[in-house]
Amino acid sequence: MKKLLFILLLLSFVRGGVESIGAAEPTRGEPTLEQRLADLEAYVNNSARVADSTNTVTSKIAGPGPGHNAWMMTSAALVLFMTLPGLALFYGGLVRRKNVLSVLAQCLGIAGLVTILWWLVGYSFVFGKGGAILGGTGFAFLRGVDSNPNTDYSYWVSQNVFSMYQMMFAIITPALIIGAIAERMKFSAILAFVTLWMLVVYFPLAHMVWGIDGFMNGVWNPKATVRAIDFAGGTVVHMSSGWSALILCMILGKRMGFGREPMPPHSMVLCMVGTGMLWVGWYGFNAGSAVAADGVAANAFMTTTLATAVASFVWPMMEYILKGKPSVLGFCSGAVAGLVVVTPATGFIGSSGAIIIGIAAGLIPFFACYKLKGWLGYDDALDTFGVHAVGGTLGAFLTGVLATASVNPNLAGDAAKANGLAALVGHGLWFEQLKAIGLTLTLAVVGTVIIGSLVKAVIGLRPSEDVETLGLDLAEHGEEGYHTS
Amino acid sequence: MKKIEAIIKPFKLEEVKDALAEVGIEGMTVSEVKGFGRQKGHTEIYRGSEYTVDFLPKIKIEIVLSDAQVEPAVAAIVKAAKTGKIGDGKVFVQTIDEAIRIRTEEKGDQAV
Repeated sequence: MKKLLFILLLLSFVRGGVESIGAAEPTRGEPTLEQRLADLEAYVNNSARVADSTNTVTSKIAGPGPGHNAWMMTSAALVLFMTLPGLALFYGGLVRRKNVLSVLAQCLGIAGLVTILWWLVGYSFVFGKGGAILGGTGFAFLRGVDSNPNTDYSYWVSQNVFSMYQMMFAIITPALIIGAIAERMKFSAILAFVTLWMLVVYFPLAHMVWGIDGFMNGVWNPKATVRAIDFAGGTVVHMSSGWSALILCMILGKRMGFGREPMPPHSMVLCMVGTGMLWVGWYGFNAGSAVAADGVAANAFMTTTLATAVASFVWPMMEYILKGKPSVLGFCSGAVAGLVVVTPATGFIGSSGAIIIGIAAGLIPFFACYKLKGWLGYDDALDTFGVHAVGGTLGAFLTGVLATASVNPNLAGDAAKANGLAALVGHGLWFEQLKAIGLTLTLAVVGTVIIGSLVKAVIGLRPSEDVETLGLDLAEHGEEGYHTS
Repeated sequence: MKKIEAIIKPFKLEEVKDALAEVGIEGMTVSEVKGFGRQKGHTEIYRGSEYTVDFLPKIKIEIVLSDAQVEPAVAAIVKAAKTGKIGDGKVFVQTIDEAIRIRTEEKGDQAV
């Protein structure tokens, strides 16, 4: 009897084995105790689970990791805070009183518009797998984007959280452009421009630099042909918006009365409040770009702080030396410049690199704002070009000079070794950065020339002279920012 | 009846008000105005853009009073508002045709 049972048992195993040979994928078995322990270590170390690199075993922690997910949700909220109300107040305080609401409306409008575009196709175009230049439509309508991690981008952060986090970047980038065209562009034209700009410039650029098969994704794409690195968006966010802003403000033309009438900021108080919010929120922008609550994020947290604080000090000291008075606007501009320049470098450089960047950020964008505008004669109302284009370009270049694998082992990871990035770090990476800079600049400039001219031809960019004189708030939004009686 | 219009430096308002109370004048209308005479404005610099602001903030005090009160009132204002520096302001005196107190409908000197 026992022998019979034993033979039957043996036969059932064999049958099971035979069946599985013909199947497409072996059934994943339960993990061993050692494998479960390895998965927990992977969670803490932000590395792959056993199940992520083999298909023979399941994981008992297949979903998101709590610490990493919590940090990324917080970071997403921080980056949104940078736009609403950080940037809104920073820019809002710098315009004349009669146009303060127009700035707020533009920030709010862009937040909603870009969210819709992101859901429709944006996330898919940027982070979906497709080609070297644009992702496919696999994630359109956020199909399949749920609480499970997308291991192309993170083992431990929910894909829906990652998508929302990245969406906040997509929102703030076009909002930066508002600074250059403030006080004289129609709301309808802005919405039309932003829609086209996201599709033509931002989504492709973000995919090229951050998409897993983007050809400029030096850190993560083993097949990248331009081995460039951009931690939190020096090219994707600042260069794209800054250079586009320059072109658009030139197509748009100067404000009525520019150069003759005084147009000082109506509230430096609001401007400073906005600056503080930008700085705090930027921790989510920079440290959150590690997409993990790990040592890389910790390093980015430090470098962000050092660079920003130093730049915020250097800029007004330059004013002290050259003009005799350090201004609040100088402190604010310095802080933002520091944040911008350190953005592409933050997770790749050490503390000394951060100090160098802080000093450079306090000097070079300073001269761009003070001298370049006068020389070239364009009306970049709130210095988007001077700070974001110049700062972003400077930062992207300095990243190539200062990056070190000692603070970020991914610079010597498998993909980096495969595409040659690892060998370039510290040995001429700045040249690859120049390639990325050139491509970004070209896309932003050419894209904006085409889109700006198109929108101008179809619906016009500027409001009437009466509207511009009365102020956009009343004419376009039917509201006044302040009622004093 | 006369009306006094006095343009003074804003920080002098409390002093002038107290000085007028001492000579028996306890009602006035005050507005915040901008202006300049010989006092130059100031320059503000925002990221390299220089603005010269010509207009300076001032306070305008308007008082309607009986003829007898004019001289002591003007003397009180001038003494209290003077700093000796350019920009102290000016006092103007006009004749008023009529004054009415709304609550009681009194007219003339009774109304001021």
